[in-house]
Amino acid sequence: MEALDLARIQFAFTISFHILYPAITIGLASYLAVLEALWLKTEKEVYRDLYHFWLKIFAVNFGMGVVSGLVMAYQFGTNWSRFSTFAGSVTGPLLTYEVLTAFFLEAGFLGVMLFGWNRVGPRLHFFATVMVAIGTLISTFWILASNSWMHTPQGYEIIDGRVIPVDWLAVIFNPSFPYRLTHMAVAAFLATAFFVGASAAWHLLRGNDNPGVRKMLSMAMWMALLVAPIQAVIGDAHGLNTLQHQPAKIAAIEGHWSNDEPGPTPLILFGWPDMEREETRFAVEIPVLGSLILNHSLTEPIPALKDFAPEDRPNSTVVFWTFRIMVALGLLMIFTGLWSLWLRWRGRLFQSRAFLRLVLAMGPSGLIAILAGWFTTEIGRQPWIVYGLMRTRDAVSAHSVTQLSVTLVTFVVVYFFVFGIGLVYVLRLVRKGPVPHEGRETNDGGAGRPRTPARPLSAPEERVDEG
Amino acid sequence: MGIELSLIWAVIIAFSVMMYVVMDGFDLGIGMLYPFFRERGDRDVMMNTVAPIWDGNETWLVLGGAGLFCAFPVAYAVVLSALYLPLMFMLIGLVFRGVAFEFRFKASEHWRHVWDKAFIGGSLVATFAQGVVLGAFINGLPVEGDQFAGGSLDWLAPFPIFCGFGLVAAYALLGCTWLIMRTEGPLQERMHDLARPLALVLLAVIGVVSLWTPLAHGAIAERWFSLPNLFWLMPVPLLVLLTFQQLLRSVARYDNAKPFVLTLVLIFLGYAGLGISLWPNIVPPDVTFWDAAAPPQSQGFALVGALLIIPFILGYTAWSYYVFRGKVTHDQGYH
Repeated sequence: MEALDLARIQFAFTISFHILYPAITIGLASYLAVLEALWLKTEKEVYRDLYHFWLKIFAVNFGMGVVSGLVMAYQFGTNWSRFSTFAGSVTGPLLTYEVLTAFFLEAGFLGVMLFGWNRVGPRLHFFATVMVAIGTLISTFWILASNSWMHTPQGYEIIDGRVIPVDWLAVIFNPSFPYRLTHMAVAAFLATAFFVGASAAWHLLRGNDNPGVRKMLSMAMWMALLVAPIQAVIGDAHGLNTLQHQPAKIAAIEGHWSNDEPGPTPLILFGWPDMEREETRFAVEIPVLGSLILNHSLTEPIPALKDFAPEDRPNSTVVFWTFRIMVALGLLMIFTGLWSLWLRWRGRLFQSRAFLRLVLAMGPSGLIAILAGWFTTEIGRQPWIVYGLMRTRDAVSAHSVTQLSVTLVTFVVVYFFVFGIGLVYVLRLVRKGPVPHEGRETNDGGAGRPRTPARPLSAPEERVDEG
Repeated sequence: MGIELSLIWAVIIAFSVMMYVVMDGFDLGIGMLYPFFRERGDRDVMMNTVAPIWDGNETWLVLGGAGLFCAFPVAYAVVLSALYLPLMFMLIGLVFRGVAFEFRFKASEHWRHVWDKAFIGGSLVATFAQGVVLGAFINGLPVEGDQFAGGSLDWLAPFPIFCGFGLVAAYALLGCTWLIMRTEGPLQERMHDLARPLALVLLAVIGVVSLWTPLAHGAIAERWFSLPNLFWLMPVPLLVLLTFQQLLRSVARYDNAKPFVLTLVLIFLGYAGLGISLWPNIVPPDVTFWDAAAPPQSQGFALVGALLIIPFILGYTAWSYYVFRGKVTHDQGYH
């Protein structure tokens, strides 16, 4: 294996681990804002109980995201030094804004949100929750602006072999940014909804039935019903945008090699794109559908991989499959939402064991779909790191295979240990479930109170292990 | 305009790193003192003195990293890729320590010793790696065409390794004097006893670094020993000696807060001394911060956000230190 491959695997590994935490943080922050709004409006205790239950899980998640994010702030320089020199004047400031936003959030409102329930008025507390929710979305904004610029760069000049930003508005609002931002934000909401839904299903399956658990499942399934189809529409629009700006990625996703035969492109459902043989083997295809989906046309073919020089093609074998995993999970989410509507109508939403088992199994579906989607778009951008401007192999730092192997192995061991325990802890909190009236005994502390610090992870008091 | 922006950013980054060294320094130092205190109650108190504030301390490290990326991308690229291995070990150490911090409080009796060891190990690895990074940085990083041109194990040299041990001593002293200020009774007494040998070790370290760097680097010798610089810069080493003398006296008199303040002065003088040796290089020996600067469009754009938010972070930091001031005792839990 080459040093370049190892550097890519290392980056993929650390950022894949990292993204799971922010995704749930973004979703839970907005969920908490909704719960608190409902509590203030209806004064039904179930909303307050749910707020305090999910607040603890939010806090642990936030803490884990901060710890894994520390590593990301350094990975660009350590592993991609040539990229940092070339494009740092664009991606550096965007990343700095993300860091500043996150700190502003943590400094200003997180403490009030986590520990201020009894210390500030209900409206001010709600304001803090809303600010944290907005803050997570602003962080998403900066990160996706930076990432989207790497896919569809504009608003720059190249002087002496380095990128110089000329127009920041053009840099930030680059062509793929609106699609990527909405797609990711909605994905975070959906991933959270399915995580919340699965938690409820687990409790219901074990006979732990209370109003809080039911409310969780009900809200999660409304999200699935309404938002999963919207996500499909956004995804379709994102795909059309990609077709316009990165046709090679679309060709690789579709495993479509050649337009030698005229006429519309079929949609390959399954197959094995073979980069050596330049064909998709064992293809099961539906005629015309490829053209219909991507060009909204019955005749016009989609781009083919052979239109691009071999060194300019992304790895079709990988993105073909990651894309299909993402889409399949998305379709399953839509199906789950529809089934929930049917059961709701029949009054059996909380009783149907088959349905609850499906919801439980779908718990990680949103997170897996997010990872599959990111793998598709990032591997689909290859061989470029900044599309059309810099190749990934020209961006990597000159580290040896040995160095990269040693650090990669260390990262894998440490991450599985540290974040494995984090996951166990989150699941332990979930397993306790929302307890009726738990919102009455709130965690009073934080800065200003002698007994509890304002660290996210000090919000839950439960033990991490048995005993 | 470009030069002023670069200067402002250089100051912001130097300030962030300084804040980081001072603040994370004492809580990393506590990890290093842990092996000397085996009793559970003592360890709880020690950790409780920093529990409410430690995570804010690392803020400055992230800010320094992001600031360097945005304002001096060339320096970010060169320094981080040149010091790849020690930086990775530093990050892994910090991850370990951060999580140990939290889960130690949430662990049962049976598992707590595992988190104690993770805390000690993480603190030691992170500190030693930071010292190595510093030493290798002072030694200089060869640059060609805006990229690091040296070997991947250049940092594995006597001077960086020495700096690694040196920083362990410095942070241990910071942690020790911090604990003198924040604890009482027998625990505080034992800290007083530890402070003197630690201070003497640090004095030796500073002495060795002060001799080693000018002997090894002509430019640094030139900076300090040429006329009229010699007269202008003479106060720095004199102040260091004076501070040491005061520190030893203050420890011997069982002062409360003074040893910590004097240690901070010492760290600050050491930092200033390094600044004098290296100015205006952002990648020694010959890349200045002007050479490494991002275009003014980038520096200016990010500066708006930095100037808006940094005062806010400073204010919040000061407030949380104020709130959690005073002695920590055995019956008080911060978790």
